[in-house]
Amino acid sequence: MPAECTIKKESMDAGHDLPGEGHKARIATFKVFRGDKNTGSEVEYKVPVEEGMVVLDAIHYIQRNISPDLAVRWNCKAAKCGSCSAEVNGKPRLMCKTRLDDFSSGEEIKVYPMKSFPVIKDLACDVSWNFEVNKKITPFTPKENTSWIMNQRDIDRVQEFRKCIECFACQNVCHVIRDHDLKPKFAGPRFFVRVAGLEMHPLDGADRLEALKNDMGIGFCNITKCCTEVCPEDIHITDNAIIPLKERVVDRYFDPVKIILRKLFVKR
Amino acid sequence: MSTLDRFEIHEHDVIVIGAGGAGLRAAIEASTNGASVGLVCKSLLGKAHTVMAEGGIAAAVANVDKQDDWQVHFKDTMKGGKFLNNWRMAQLHAQEAPERVLELERWGALFDRTNDGTILQRPFGGHTYKRLCHVGDRTGLEMIRTLQDKGVHMGIDVYMECTITKLLKDDGKISGAFGYWRENGKFVIFKAKSIILATGGVGKAYKVTSNSWEYTADGQILAYDAGAELIDTEFIQFHPTGMIWPPGVIGILVTEAVRGEGGVLKNKDGFRFMEKYDPERMELSTRDVVARSIYLENKDGRGSPHGGAFLDISHKGADYIKKKLPSMYHQFKELADVDITTGPMEVGPTCHYSMGGVKVEADTTATSIPGLFAAGEVAGGMHGANRLGGNSLSDLLVFGRRAGLHASEYAKKNSSKLKLDENEMKLAEKEMISFFERDEGENPYSVHTDLQELMQNKVGIFRIEEDLKYAIEQLKILKERAKKTKIEGSRMYNPGWHMAYDLQNMIIYSEAIAKCALQRKESRGAHSRIDYPNTDPEHGKWNSIVKKSNDGSLVIEKSPLPEMPKELQDLLKEKDLVKK
Ligand SMILES: Cc1cc2nc3c(=O)[nH]c(=O)nc-3n(C[C@H](O)[C@H](O)[C@H](O)COP(=O)(O)OP(=O)(O)OC[C@H]3O[C@@H](n4cnc5c(N)ncnc54)[C@H](O)[C@@H]3O)c2cc1C
Ligand code: SF4
Ligand code: SF4
Ligand code: FES
Repeated sequence: MPAECTIKKESMDAGHDLPGEGHKARIATFKVFRGDKNTGSEVEYKVPVEEGMVVLDAIHYIQRNISPDLAVRWNCKAAKCGSCSAEVNGKPRLMCKTRLDDFSSGEEIKVYPMKSFPVIKDLACDVSWNFEVNKKITPFTPKENTSWIMNQRDIDRVQEFRKCIECFACQNVCHVIRDHDLKPKFAGPRFFVRVAGLEMHPLDGADRLEALKNDMGIGFCNITKCCTEVCPEDIHITDNAIIPLKERVVDRYFDPVKIILRKLFVKR
Repeated sequence: MSTLDRFEIHEHDVIVIGAGGAGLRAAIEASTNGASVGLVCKSLLGKAHTVMAEGGIAAAVANVDKQDDWQVHFKDTMKGGKFLNNWRMAQLHAQEAPERVLELERWGALFDRTNDGTILQRPFGGHTYKRLCHVGDRTGLEMIRTLQDKGVHMGIDVYMECTITKLLKDDGKISGAFGYWRENGKFVIFKAKSIILATGGVGKAYKVTSNSWEYTADGQILAYDAGAELIDTEFIQFHPTGMIWPPGVIGILVTEAVRGEGGVLKNKDGFRFMEKYDPERMELSTRDVVARSIYLENKDGRGSPHGGAFLDISHKGADYIKKKLPSMYHQFKELADVDITTGPMEVGPTCHYSMGGVKVEADTTATSIPGLFAAGEVAGGMHGANRLGGNSLSDLLVFGRRAGLHASEYAKKNSSKLKLDENEMKLAEKEMISFFERDEGENPYSVHTDLQELMQNKVGIFRIEEDLKYAIEQLKILKERAKKTKIEGSRMYNPGWHMAYDLQNMIIYSEAIAKCALQRKESRGAHSRIDYPNTDPEHGKWNSIVKKSNDGSLVIEKSPLPEMPKELQDLLKEKDLVKK
């Protein structure tokens, strides 16, 4: 399986060339995908730029003033809900967190829906598959007779996983989904993060290793780290979630000594 | 072909409209109680407003301040609400919140911990003790994800990106709901014995707001149209600290946790002005007081450059700030180029929460319509004239659970066959399609912009008779304009069309806000009248009630506060023994 992901997080030092006054006169050129699952084309829009404006503001400007039927998802406009993911100049971004002054002044800004999911209309795509995957994960199952006392130290790492806002940017860039469309066999980085949050919960007593290996296809991941690169929550998806999970699966299914040891000691 | 055959129909015992904290908690309870449950929401699952909540959940679990108990929480809530709260709701809320929070933990939520390994609590405005259970500044995310993950494993059917536009009744009782799929614009009918409204607030009627596109008063107006009463609609909370610069971020919330963690407010002269307005509680005064103080500083020319105040937490040090307020740190860094670990933020009031809403019975959350229940921000009464921070998330859990329980009980008791009324459905359909039938008309977004401008300027933080009267007149014009908008494009995922519908709800609710604000000739909590600056005890004896009259017009009246039992009255009279 080819190991390369072509998409990297945009470098943040791009073109801050618009200091001080004079912004207001600036007009930015947007090329936005308009269409549905059958047909579509790129439509050009001119949008006046205000200080501190983000791509989502520009999309809203277009909606209010030019094309009221432009489909887009958003809720919080503050990078908290994960609704507004799109590909901006080919890079998966939260539109509400992508500032126009990250682009140089003459640069055209292309906004496309996430590529790995079927388009519904314009910037909205069908992400329902993710919700189906989630349903199959064994939920939190507390150990018996727990006192519910937990040390902050022991939950720090799990809290990292629980920061996930389900923007599905990681799912979108992962080549196993994007290029090979192994959707039915592979759960994707978002759900490895979720399973890691459950498996490493100090009071969880369920076991999801078999599911990880068989149903969720963690073996397909070849640690390219593209998912980590695009995560807007800066979750170390590969290092902190996927690799430790892979190790647990390997210990269980491929290392006989550890299999015996594991049987003797309780799950940490 | 009969009307019924034309529509996609789903049938459940209980339909929950709204998948925020209240809706999810309600669905879980109803399902636990044996009901078949359908959960309908406008956005994707997990994206409701609840996900944005930052600061925490108020519950007297007394892990940090051992003296805390439900009685003190009750008292704080009533005081914060300027005693207009429904006492029974405030009591149930204070009593049951701790159990609801612990239950979240048992369902997998991971709150920040004390040194003893219990749930950590932080101070917040108007709360006597450290009471807010939290996860850094992303408590709402933790809460909604926990409920969502619990809910999807219970066999609840989730109908995402589906907007309800009408409630259906049979012989005066709830029989279902009518809506459309955002994806393709097709209509759908949910047949149900009982319906729980959990649709959230109304803040999109204002220009500067922390609220999302979903907050268009849908639930309030669904209930109102069906004949239910609304209560206390004049009380709109302006959160004192929203972002005010640069223009692209105006209105985005800066959590009260910044002040809870020790942030101080200063004016342009560097003076900590809360000393003047509330020397005792300072920055942790209630939201109405802090918002007004910032406004007054500006009026007197002492505001920050963009018309707000400076909020500074930098003295706490970078490590602490990044640990306790990570999303605030990123929000300012990425959206405003401000490093809050080294300098102040510029903040000002933003429309945030609606205390008023659908009138419900405290114990059951039942509205006056048989089979219709309401919980969460859409319901009114619990918070009186002003809500304390953190009391919403706990409200969602306490009354969400009660709604689920009582709606499912109601469904069990009313198992006789319900009929759907073909006429009702045809009307609901016609109403939604009519937008496409006009050849000319305005863009719904321009009407919305004018509505927001009007509400912001004339029915905002400070109100005065002439402005309110003007607003009521203007709303009539906006209502007519909203009826004549024209929609471009098809019914497929068409935000312009959705706005055209939402607009009608916002305008009716705005009328309810303005009319009740005019009726209340005093200042109380979030409602400040320039022409009546004092709180008048006579006005503290009634709640405002809004309903639809037979001729379709909106009427308001006063309803006496329910009488509080003696032991609770005595509790409120007790002197505060503890000071922070
Ligand atoms: C930025 C921010 C921070 C906050 N921080 C805190 C905090 O720290 N502590 C606290 O206690 N409170 C806080 N609040 C307030 C609190 O978050 C909200 O009041 C609360 O989450 C509302 O929850 P809800 O369940 O009533 O509604 P929501 O969570 O808003 O859910 C509403 C649901 O109804 C659905 N819906 C609406 N209309 C329709 C329709 N017509 N058809 C179908 N579905 C519909 C929506 O899709 C959504 O699923 C904050 C609010 C904001 C905006
Ligand atoms: S590291 Fe694994 S999960 Fe992440 S993008 Fe690469 S292959 Fe996909
Ligand atoms: S792990 Fe990160 S990139 Fe993936 S869905 Fe969650 S927040 Fe988005
Ligand atoms: S709108 Fe919520 S993440 Fe962008």
